Amino acid sequence: MPAPGSDDDVYQEHILEHYEEPFHKGALAGATHAHEDDNPLCGDVVHIDLAIDPGGRVTQAWFSGDGCCISQASASMLLEHLEGKSVDEIKQFSAPDMLKLFGPKLTPNRQKCCLLGWRVMQAAIYSPVAKTGNNGSSASGGKS
Amino acid sequence: MSGTATLARFDPELIRPDFPILASVLHGDMPLVYLDNAATTQRPRQVIQSIVDVYERHYANVHRGIHWLSDQSTDLYEEAREKVRAFINAPTRDEIIFTHGTTEGINLVARTWIDSQLKAGDEVLLTEMEHHANLVPWQQAAERTGVVLRHIPISDDGHLLLDRLPTLLTERTKLVAVAHVSNVLGTINPIDEIIRQAHAVGAVVLIDAAQSVPHMPLDVQASGADFVVFSGHKMMGPSGVGVLFGRAELLERMPPFLGGGSMIRRVRLDGFEPADAPAKFEAGTPPIVPAIGLGTAIDYLNKIGLDTIHRHEQLLAARAHEVLGALGGVRFLGPAVGEKAGIVSFTFEGVHPHDIAQLLDRHGVAIRAGHHCAMPLHKRLGINASARASFYFYNTLAEVDRFGEALDQARQVFRRK
Repeated sequence: MPAPGSDDDVYQEHILEHYEEPFHKGALAGATHAHEDDNPLCGDVVHIDLAIDPGGRVTQAWFSGDGCCISQASASMLLEHLEGKSVDEIKQFSAPDMLKLFGPKLTPNRQKCCLLGWRVMQAAIYSPVAKTGNNGSSASGGKS
Repeated sequence: MSGTATLARFDPELIRPDFPILASVLHGDMPLVYLDNAATTQRPRQVIQSIVDVYERHYANVHRGIHWLSDQSTDLYEEAREKVRAFINAPTRDEIIFTHGTTEGINLVARTWIDSQLKAGDEVLLTEMEHHANLVPWQQAAERTGVVLRHIPISDDGHLLLDRLPTLLTERTKLVAVAHVSNVLGTINPIDEIIRQAHAVGAVVLIDAAQSVPHMPLDVQASGADFVVFSGHKMMGPSGVGVLFGRAELLERMPPFLGGGSMIRRVRLDGFEPADAPAKFEAGTPPIVPAIGLGTAIDYLNKIGLDTIHRHEQLLAARAHEVLGALGGVRFLGPAVGEKAGIVSFTFEGVHPHDIAQLLDRHGVAIRAGHHCAMPLHKRLGINASARASFYFYNTLAEVDRFGEALDQARQVFRRK
């Protein structure tokens, strides 16, 4: 077991900060892209709203969700890291990159927690939000 | 009162040396506190040794060889069947089928009884508190056959709403499947009453006894249950063996489940005649050694006594409620202490169940976190996940106290918002 406070401690200060004071937690009005998914095994949920400009750059990234410290802190770290990047750069950001960004070594089970937000992000860039009044399709967007 | 006769209290310290794994020390200096017994239990040397003995001295395939070892192996396997029969007071040995676990037992009944005896529109009554193993096989049966599933609702404190039974049970109800003890809530369901009312409308009843048979007495004849299923590994037996009890006249009406060796009387190229139960439902080489190990586990349980075990586990649950309740911010799921088995599920304000489990692990305390294979129940309770401590007779009051202290420290990792 990693010593509390060590680099491999899941509950180190840096991660707890992201969990308790997350980056851009909330809904993004006017999101162009959004996706939501869960880890059915543990019930963790992450929803991501993105504003992608015509040039393919993510100008704003927000998330909401419910779950363990790892799932929520990793989503916060991910958005902080990727906001302002291009869609292509986000596509390049791999699962190992996400685990590295998170930091502490995780068991396979908890890697799933850590990769939830990453998974949602990779889907969100392909999930445009239906516009209000657009040919009778749902105006609520969000889930795709 | 004479004042001299006192009820001897069971002391788990006396039997703990039988369980090598309970002496484990984790993370350098943390003695293991194993509180995940509803998931699986640990086994004593006696069970482990009986497994070694079979492999070293008696092992061959059963019911086949005309040789000494095969006779030995067969005798031990059938002896285990007799131990199971006596343990749950089944009328005959032929009504005891060795499966690979509770899940297989329920699938066996869902596949063979539903498909052969029910028709589209007939109803199967379940409850909102079932384990996925007692939901999904019936859902699959419903897809195949068009039977309709209904569910007995629960109260907020985790009791079945039995006053709904008269409207839920109709002449359309052909089967009722219910847990004896909930694996999340610890609720001890009044199966005698449910069985009585189900039989009154002509339905057969399957009892999922995975969480009860290891912990408290169950007399299948007194209860009137038609089918009873449970797992060996939740009662100190090896994994890979379980039991299905079925009343003889029902087993006779059911077609075989899996096809293969052992389950036949004779085979031609164009067909087969099935054997009688239990062989009819034990296709292929059965879990020979796990079944024998389960028999040894039953010997051990009988020596301690299920009444003693149940009393001790209720004592542990009561202490857990006391210790956790004192921390504040704990929401207990299920009935009040005293009305449930040794299963204590809870949520803790401000700390996700997974984080609770991981932080407790630092203190050597093993509990379960998640939905415990009961997603619909968690949805009903309005939560995504919970933490669960579940006890067996080898757990001590001191361990419950260590669990409480560890939980108190876990909470301090998170600053209260």
